[in-house]
Amino acid sequence: MFGAMGFSLLAVMLAAPFVGAILAAAAARRSRSAATWAAAATMVAGLLAMAPMVPAVMSGGVLVDRTPWLPDWGLDIALRLDGLGLLFAILILGIGLLIVLYATYYLPEYDRLGRFYALLLAFAGGMLGVVLSENVLLMLVFWEITSLTSFLLIAYKYEAHDARIAARMSLAVTGGGGLALLAGLLLLGNIAGSFELSEILAQGDVIRAHPLYPVTLVLILLGAFTKSGQFPFHFWLPNAMAAPTPVSAYLHSATMVKAGVFLLARLYPALSGTDLWFVLVGTTGAVTFAYGAYVALIKHDLKGLLAYSTISHLGLITLLLGLDTPMSAVAAVFHIINHAIFKASLFMAAGIIDHECGTRDMRRINGLFKYMPRTAVLGILAAGSMAGVPLLNGFLSKEMFFTETVGHPAFQGYATWVLPAFATIAGMLSVAYSARFVHDVFFNGEPIDLPKTPHEPPRWMRLPVEILVALVLLVGLLPQLSVGPLLNAAAGSVLPAGLPEFKLAVWHGFNLPLAMSIAAFALGLVHYTQRRHLYYLHDTHAPKIASPVAFERIYNGAGLAAAWLMRTIDNRSLQRYLAILVGFVVVLGTWAWMSKPRGGVMGTLPATPPDAAAVAALVALAIGSAGTIIWHRQRLIALIFLSVVGLIVSLAFVRFKAPDLALTQLSVEVVTIVLLLLSLRFLPGEVPAASSLSRRARDAAVAIAGGGGVAVMTYAMLTRPLETISGYHLANSYSGGGGTNAVNVILVDFRGFDTLGEIAVLAMAALGLHALVEGLRLRPYASNATSTADRYPVMLAELMRPLLPLALAVSVYILLRGHNLPGGGFIAGLVAAVAIMLQYLASGIDFATARIRLDYVRVLGAGLIVATGTGLASWLFGRPFLTSTFGYVQPPFLDKFELASAMVFDLGVFLVVVASVLLALSELGTLSRREESAKVPDREKARV
Amino acid sequence: MEIIVSAALGILAASGIYLLLRPTTFSVILGLTLLSYAVNALIFFGGRLNAASPPLVLAGTSGQADPLPQALVLTAIVIGFGMTAYLVALALKAKGESGTDHVDAGKDQ
Repeated sequence: MFGAMGFSLLAVMLAAPFVGAILAAAAARRSRSAATWAAAATMVAGLLAMAPMVPAVMSGGVLVDRTPWLPDWGLDIALRLDGLGLLFAILILGIGLLIVLYATYYLPEYDRLGRFYALLLAFAGGMLGVVLSENVLLMLVFWEITSLTSFLLIAYKYEAHDARIAARMSLAVTGGGGLALLAGLLLLGNIAGSFELSEILAQGDVIRAHPLYPVTLVLILLGAFTKSGQFPFHFWLPNAMAAPTPVSAYLHSATMVKAGVFLLARLYPALSGTDLWFVLVGTTGAVTFAYGAYVALIKHDLKGLLAYSTISHLGLITLLLGLDTPMSAVAAVFHIINHAIFKASLFMAAGIIDHECGTRDMRRINGLFKYMPRTAVLGILAAGSMAGVPLLNGFLSKEMFFTETVGHPAFQGYATWVLPAFATIAGMLSVAYSARFVHDVFFNGEPIDLPKTPHEPPRWMRLPVEILVALVLLVGLLPQLSVGPLLNAAAGSVLPAGLPEFKLAVWHGFNLPLAMSIAAFALGLVHYTQRRHLYYLHDTHAPKIASPVAFERIYNGAGLAAAWLMRTIDNRSLQRYLAILVGFVVVLGTWAWMSKPRGGVMGTLPATPPDAAAVAALVALAIGSAGTIIWHRQRLIALIFLSVVGLIVSLAFVRFKAPDLALTQLSVEVVTIVLLLLSLRFLPGEVPAASSLSRRARDAAVAIAGGGGVAVMTYAMLTRPLETISGYHLANSYSGGGGTNAVNVILVDFRGFDTLGEIAVLAMAALGLHALVEGLRLRPYASNATSTADRYPVMLAELMRPLLPLALAVSVYILLRGHNLPGGGFIAGLVAAVAIMLQYLASGIDFATARIRLDYVRVLGAGLIVATGTGLASWLFGRPFLTSTFGYVQPPFLDKFELASAMVFDLGVFLVVVASVLLALSELGTLSRREESAKVPDREKARV
Repeated sequence: MEIIVSAALGILAASGIYLLLRPTTFSVILGLTLLSYAVNALIFFGGRLNAASPPLVLAGTSGQADPLPQALVLTAIVIGFGMTAYLVALALKAKGESGTDHVDAGKDQ
């Protein structure tokens, strides 16, 4: 039924405003009218793109267009056009077009309008996105776009302080609501099992029965209510009147604030039909309806009156949706249409008055009828519609509302009168403020002290108002003919189960709703005539604090509280960060442990018998650790204790069958201790106690908790059976990797890519160190440097020189045998590094550097190239990166031995390890050398 | 034996954490070294205590130790050295820039 044509048109329609925003901004560089044309053409383009789809939607169809975007997150660019979407799209684009025309006359000549139209079109695009989204997450994205762009629109006159505050307020309120809405929609999607509206709307019963339904509902309502200015979130809306009037006319009639009620209508099939819905939505709507109508009368600002009237009418729409009968939902949709039309024209009329009089204060604007009769007629008709005068469109939806209040199922028996009485009183308030708009502005004597003499506006500025008022009359007189089909289509989306029987007609005969209308009119006019008493009461008794001031106070207060919290928690002390970090890990671990059903610490594995050596090692380890702690301020002593601990750890590796680890640990131990000794030269040898007793006690508590946690965790692990994946490695070590030392085969073959990464990290650390100490000048501590007198012990020096070739030969042997027996690139590299380092220690830096002509940074690079090159070489044979191969060779006079490509890789590892270790040590060594050469006179330096 | 190993790791971790929280850079390096011992050993002992022989695939051996934790820990030990070396350089740099070896040197406290 719907061709592929229709689907892409949806995307065109949605993209048009965003493209148009850029075009309008660009056109504004050319001329002001070019910008207007571009903006108007964009709105028309959107309408034209929609036109081919209208017949299908009017006959009840739903068009869906889906483009995958982030499918893993359930986020597609899925667009949808149904009756409700169509109605809103017409309002957004149609009224948008009128606003574009109006704004070009309203805004001052010096405004090039580029920014204005760009923002307005981007906002229109956001609104279209909201009403055309099939995916609710996508809808939320557009929802946020409307929040952001409306923020920018409200702050359009950003030089004005009140505009900035108003914009911030609206962003804070609607943005906060958007967050709640996000949470609500995520819950909704989880309950329904899909984020697609088609799925969600079909699962109303599942959603309403779900235990999370109340939370979901409240969160979604928060989003809708903040956007639609429902009490108590209404306060941003009147302040948003700081925006230019075209913006107010657009945002507060057809778009921004309607997004909230649109959401309610959109999700009506999924969420309505419960007591909770009735209570929350109905009560909020009723309170907002009456409150807005009451305040509207006491506002002296013309736009203030309209703002509160908007709040009131949005409350009415919300109330209608909350009443939760099929006919009230139809009335809500109908009133959305009617309110958009008459409120847009009223805002524009108010803008004309403001434009022509130079003020919006109704205490000064009087008797404008004779200055601008045409505008006055238009304003009176629109205001009549707002009040619900017969033959105007507002009357029809108001009568529907009154009809629904009579005999509502929720108010039975003696309470039957409550709802109709409330409706009549609220209607009375609406009549009163509408009467003020008409009487106070256009009649009621002469204008008082106006900045300029008012006259009719330019013809084209009035045209949008004329079109809208014509619609007010058209709908009011011929409802079924004009909006009947559109209303049916839109209400059909809200009530998928089927529309109730209803007839749009001006005359329904004499009945109770008509009597209520008449009563509301009579009372409303009386109320208006008695308004002076109301002003007096308001001036004397109402609290004097303006909402922007209160908002700023809360806003600034929140900022101060956040700053205080930051100062309190974050005192920029690394020491404290670490304590919090470790403490948090301990808490988290304990919590995880406690929250699981506990089966005891001990597992099922039988205990291995302890032996005396292990106990002795434990004691030595405890002494070593304790010594390191106790003497950590006498650093040399602490280092000696630390080396004891390292030795015990190496022995533990031997005891538990890990010869490779033992060799590695032992050699790393040597170089680490030397490294730390080198650093000690530049750090104070002894430090006075720097921490208070309480600080030490706190740290000790954290440490003991952490250590205890590690001990318990280790014990729990050791006593539980092991499920290992290493069977594969052991089984394939020889056949697949060509080596019998499974550890080494894993390193250079099975997990070779990991090892490549690891040596890269090692290289980076060494280069980082190289960069850090470059150009660093430090003064050695005298107390640490006293031993320089007898720097190089003769015995050691004489012994080390012949020993070097031997040591290097050993390291090569370890490298070569590593594939089959304990050894390999890492260990060989460390052994070679230790051998060379001993030359430095024994004979001094100058002696050694003069003989070892190696640039360690280059060696480092060479090692990485060799390792990476081995990996790349396998590509030459069409194999994946780092595929290894091996074979056996039989050289003359020697045993057959095996060669594996992995051994070349291991050579790369060897080079990186040697270079990294020696780079680190020699850099720190030459650090002291630099100082010495800086100290010795040039004469001596030359001799060296 | 399990209790002895667990106690040893607990002692190492506790000492490491305590030194990590000291205010001078050198103590932090000492603490990190001790903590590395504990963590490396923890991973290593993930292969359990009951191995009969090293993880070498030689004729007639059985009950080899789990080679995977050993391979992991081997590189961890070497990288641990790289980290220590970098930290030492950082500590010396901080000393050179701020004149003190307090970890919070140069910050308003």
